[in-house]
This record gives sequence, structure tokens and C-alpha cells, in this order.
Amino acid sequence: MGQYSTDDVAPRELGHDPDDPALAEMEDDGTEADGRLMGLERAGAWRLAWWKFKRHKLAVASGILVLLIYFVAAFAEFLAPAAPGDYAARYTYAPPQTLRIWDGEEFGLHVTGYKVEVNPESLAREFVNDPEQKIPVGFFVRGSSYEFWGLFEWDRHLFGPLDPDQPMYLLGADRLGRDMLSRIIYGTRISMTVGLVGVALSLFFGILLGGLSGYYGGHVDNVIQRIIEFLLAIPTIPLWMGLAAAIPPTLPPVQVYFMITIILSLVGWTGLARVVRGRFLAMRNEDFVTAARLDGASEVGLILRHMLPSFASHIIAAVTLAIPVMILSETALSFLGIGLRPPVVSWGVLLQEAQNIRTVATAPWLLLPGMAVVITVLALNFLGDGLRDAADPYSK
Amino acid sequence: MLAYIVKRVLYMIPTLIAISIVAFLLIQLPPGDFVTTLAAEMSQQGDTVDPTTLRMLREQYGLDEPIWTQYWLWISNIVLEGDFGRSFDWDVPVSDLIWNRLGLTLVLSLCALIFTWVISLPIGIYSAVRKYSVGDYVASFLAFVGLAVPNFLLALILMYLAYKFFGISVDGLFSAEYEDAPWSGGKVLDLAQHLIVPVIVLGTSGTAALVRIMRANLLDELYKPYVTTARAKGLSEWRLILRYPVRAALNPFVSTIGWALPELVSGATVTAIVLNLPTTGPLLLRALIAQDVFLAGAMILMLSVLTVIGTLISDLLLAWLDPRIRYK
Repeated sequence: MGQYSTDDVAPRELGHDPDDPALAEMEDDGTEADGRLMGLERAGAWRLAWWKFKRHKLAVASGILVLLIYFVAAFAEFLAPAAPGDYAARYTYAPPQTLRIWDGEEFGLHVTGYKVEVNPESLAREFVNDPEQKIPVGFFVRGSSYEFWGLFEWDRHLFGPLDPDQPMYLLGADRLGRDMLSRIIYGTRISMTVGLVGVALSLFFGILLGGLSGYYGGHVDNVIQRIIEFLLAIPTIPLWMGLAAAIPPTLPPVQVYFMITIILSLVGWTGLARVVRGRFLAMRNEDFVTAARLDGASEVGLILRHMLPSFASHIIAAVTLAIPVMILSETALSFLGIGLRPPVVSWGVLLQEAQNIRTVATAPWLLLPGMAVVITVLALNFLGDGLRDAADPYSK
Repeated sequence: MLAYIVKRVLYMIPTLIAISIVAFLLIQLPPGDFVTTLAAEMSQQGDTVDPTTLRMLREQYGLDEPIWTQYWLWISNIVLEGDFGRSFDWDVPVSDLIWNRLGLTLVLSLCALIFTWVISLPIGIYSAVRKYSVGDYVASFLAFVGLAVPNFLLALILMYLAYKFFGISVDGLFSAEYEDAPWSGGKVLDLAQHLIVPVIVLGTSGTAALVRIMRANLLDELYKPYVTTARAKGLSEWRLILRYPVRAALNPFVSTIGWALPELVSGATVTAIVLNLPTTGPLLLRALIAQDVFLAGAMILMLSVLTVIGTLISDLLLAWLDPRIRYK
């Protein structure tokens, strides 16, 4: 410990050397430390959690991936080569094109064109990639115009065909010749926010009711616990289906969207409420809480300033793990046709197109939104797992 | 113990009454009623809809009564006479409809449950005992993927693969020639063949979850002193692990039996719709959308009763298995 005492350790400077095991050890020995090191310990919990999280490489990578996905959701208009509703009847079920730089003669980013062939077996006309045709593509090209975040109008897209009239279907086209890639990108926005809004609602009710339940105990606890038990006694899937089927089909899409998030969080909050309640119950009699109470802290102050921060990390982890559940539920409901409905574009709505085996057999790329779901849910789960491990930095 | 059971059973009664009310209201929630749906369907097909007929239909089904009267009629018939009413949509008694599908649903779900346990127990144990080995990493990764893939997507992918590589169509539970045939060896074989894909689909997510739980629980047990004691006494390693820590780690499996019960009847809904299985799930969805009050109500009620009973059973099993819980 001597080497640090000469160094005058400020918490910020510590950040330079996060992987030094001696530091972590010193934090654990905080009880023996002198006053200066006590100051260090107070800054410690979150920082320690961060170090612990950083050691979990898969979780860090997943975290970056999740940020990227939200980035895609935020800038969907710019990133998508086409608008989600742009259709082209000529290109029904056009297969994915190949993106190439070298065509055998010269360099230049391009995709292959299509030609129509008659299938010798089924005699059906189908598209095949034609390497002879070249459709040059580029970055920051002009395409369909859009309103960016409702702020200004623009018609530039990150990439697309140089000639907007030529087809570019990197991930194929659907029944109406709409670009799957663009639709998946737009779907990201809805699917990812359904999870966020739903979890935010669950979190609000979970913390409020779980907190009341755990902090006051007694009758309040009893009533709230009975409500939770009751909600859990109704089987989830029929409950969702019943509520979702109750949404009138005439409602505007935005309202349907909010109804769905409310339905999803109706069951979701119970889990969070239990976590919060358990924490409150365990902490109510901790010494530092008693100390704060004797020190004259108000009840609200006690909860918000002293108790909540000490399990905030657990809540963050629980929330991260709750988002993928919401995303999967939305996808399943929309897939069944009782969740979000077209023209809203979410991953579940997109997968509705792939509902029967015949369609999937002719156009397997319609399953690609499912890949987006799987990757996102995996990333969120790994991230949540890492956060949960890091949430308690003092455990070994 | 007996007093505990009696108390739990008594607690069930208010819960079930509340659930029956909620179930009934839930189905009545959408605007309009079954007759509205019927009228919309008829006018879609080009039939003229006669308002007097509609009024007569409403009267016949008791739909013009206030909702509490309707509820009372419904629930008193169920409790006092065991009569679940008639399905508007199918025009047959609700109980016939449900019984018809319940058998196959149970077969399917039981197979899926057994599949889940047979696969997940050994993998979970292996993962924990050989922690951080290549096998553990592979199992953990697959478990995470299994949790992330929605069931219906897996069903679609397997259907696509079966179609593409084996040229077989895997939807339904019977081939066309056995659909209405009486039971025979051939029909059972046919059913078994059709069960493979649904069972894999239904079992995957459960397997993934249980592997993770088993691994975590066994890891908690493996380093306890009693294990060291047993080892010091010279028990062979595998016998030791299977006899003591695994038994202690089995608790969470027992508590999932409770959820398995309603799951046996409802869980497969989305998968069943994709794979076109004649189970109860699609029946419920259709009843909900068509506002077939009695059918949907009876099914939700049945599922809730199963959930409540299931929870009770798993609590009792848990108390029987683990004396620490009993005497707390």
C-alpha cells in the first residue's frame, strides 16, 4: 500500500491503471485504510463494477453491438437505401444480389443485375442474378427523400445505386418488391423501442410497487404481493393474446404500439417488483440505513439517496435482461397478427410475411428479420449477464 | 403438512374466482360481440344481414343481458352442472372441442417435456463438473442461442430445411392418409414421425434454460464440505456427484413442474400455429379473435386452474424433497 500513499491517490488518477490487481485488493481492505483511502473507497463501487465488466470480453463486445443496433434505429432513414414502403411490382421476390468490387475488368463497387429465367421443373418465371449486368452503387447517393427526425428534409442515403431507378436488393425483396434490408433497418427502430418503452413502464411500476412493498412491509406488502401472485397465476400467453385481441383493429398504428407496450409491461413489472422488494427487505435493517434514519434523513431521501443507489446496478442488469424478453414477445404477437400491424414495420411484422412453408421455400431471405431478432436478443442477454456479474463488484 | 395443504387449497378459491371474472371480462373487452363478428363475416361473403336475425341470435346467446348476468349464468353452469356452454363459432359443446384436442396436446407436450429433461440434465451436469472446458463453452453458447431463437422462427427454419433437404412437409401431426383413419400401428408411427420437429422446437428453449439453471445450481453445491467428505471417504467421482450434489441441485427442476402443467396445454400456441398442429393453442387464438366467449373463457379458466394447481404441486414436491423448506 506504501507506493500509493506517496502518490496521493485521487480516484480519477486510478482510472489509468484499471487492471492492477493491487488496487482491487486495496479497495477490499478499505476498512483498514486511512482517511485518504476512505475517500477513494466511496468512489469505488461503480468504478469497480466497470473494471469487472470490462474483464468480461463477450459482454463488452455485446454492449458495443447493442449500441450499434440503437444507432441503426436512430438513423434508420439515412442508413436504409430505400423507404420501407417503396415497392416495385417488377421485382417480386427478387433474390439477394451480390455486392462486388471487381468485375474482371475494372474496379468499382457494384451489384449484379437480374434476369428472368423459366424454371425447367416448375415452369415458373424466377429471377436469377446476372453477372453480366452491372449496377454501380456508391456512398452518400441521392434516393427517396425523407424527413430526418422531423427536423429537415433530405434525400441522401449512406449507400445505394447511383441511378435511383435501378434495383438494389442486397437482402432480396418481398412479395411487393420492397427492399428487405431497408425494412429490417426500419424495423429495428420499432422493435428496439418496444422493448425500451415496455421496460421503462415495467421499471416504473416495479420500483414503485416493489419499493412500497419492501419498505413498508405489513399490509401494504401483503396486498401488493397478492396482486403479483394473481397476475402470475393467469397464464401469460393467453393473457397477452386476450388483451392483444382486444385492441380494436381500427386504432391508428401509434396507439396500437402503445397498447402493446402496456400489455407487455403488465406482466413484466411483477418480476422487477420482486427483485426490488427483496432488496428493500434485505436492506431495511442494514446499519447504514439505520444510521441515515437516526441522522434525520427524510423517508424519501432515505429511499432515493441511500437505498436506491446501492442496488441500482442490480436494477440495470435486470432491465437489460428484461428487454430481450419484451422484444421476443412483441415479435411473437406481431407474427400471430395480434400485435403490431402493417404499415408499421417491426421485425415481427416482417416475419409475418414468412408464415407458411411455401413462401419460405421460394424466398428464404424473408427469414432474415429473424436473424436480426436472434442477434439482438443474444447481444442483450450477454450484455445483461456481464452486467449482472459486475453489479456486485465486491463478490469474488 | 395436512394443515398446510388445506390452507393452500383454501387460498386457491378466491384466486380462482378473481381469475374467472378477469377471464370473462378479458374476452368481453373488445368492442362488439360474437354476433358482430358473424355479421361482418356474412356481409363480407356477400350475404345480406337481417337485423331481426341478429337480434334473435343475441337473444338466443344471452348477449343482450347485462354483463354480470352473463357472467353469473356462465360460471354457475360450470360450477353447478359442469356445463361449459356451446361454442358460438363451432356450434358444438365447448367441452367436446377441448377434449378432442387435449389428448394430442398432452402427448406432444409430454414428449417435449421428456425431451427437455433428458437432454438438459446430462448437459447441465457435464457443464458444471467440467467447468470452463471446451464442452462447457459449447454447451453454454448453444444454450444462449437456444434462448434467443424464438420458437416460431426455429419451427420455420426446421420446416424449410426438412423441405429443402428431405423434400418432406412437416406440418400437422398426421399424414393425409392417416388423418381420419382409426388408430393402428401405422398411425402411431406416422404420429411419431410428425412429432420430431415440434418436439425439438418446443424443447429447445426449455432445454437451454434448464441447462443454465442446472449448471449454476450444481456449481453452488460442488464445492461444499459434504462433497469433500464423500470424496475423502473414497466414493468414486461420478457416483458421488450423481448421488449427492445433483440431488440437491434438482430443486429448481421440481419447481418447474408447476409451470409445466399449464405449459402442457397452452405453451405451444405460436409453434402450433406455424406447424399447423391440431392442439389447443390455435383453438384459443381463434376463439379469442372471434369473441367466442364460452370457448375462450373455458380455456383461459382451465389454464389458470392448471397453473394454480401446478404451483401447489411443485410447492408440495419441493417440501417433500427438501426438508429445509418444510421446517422453515
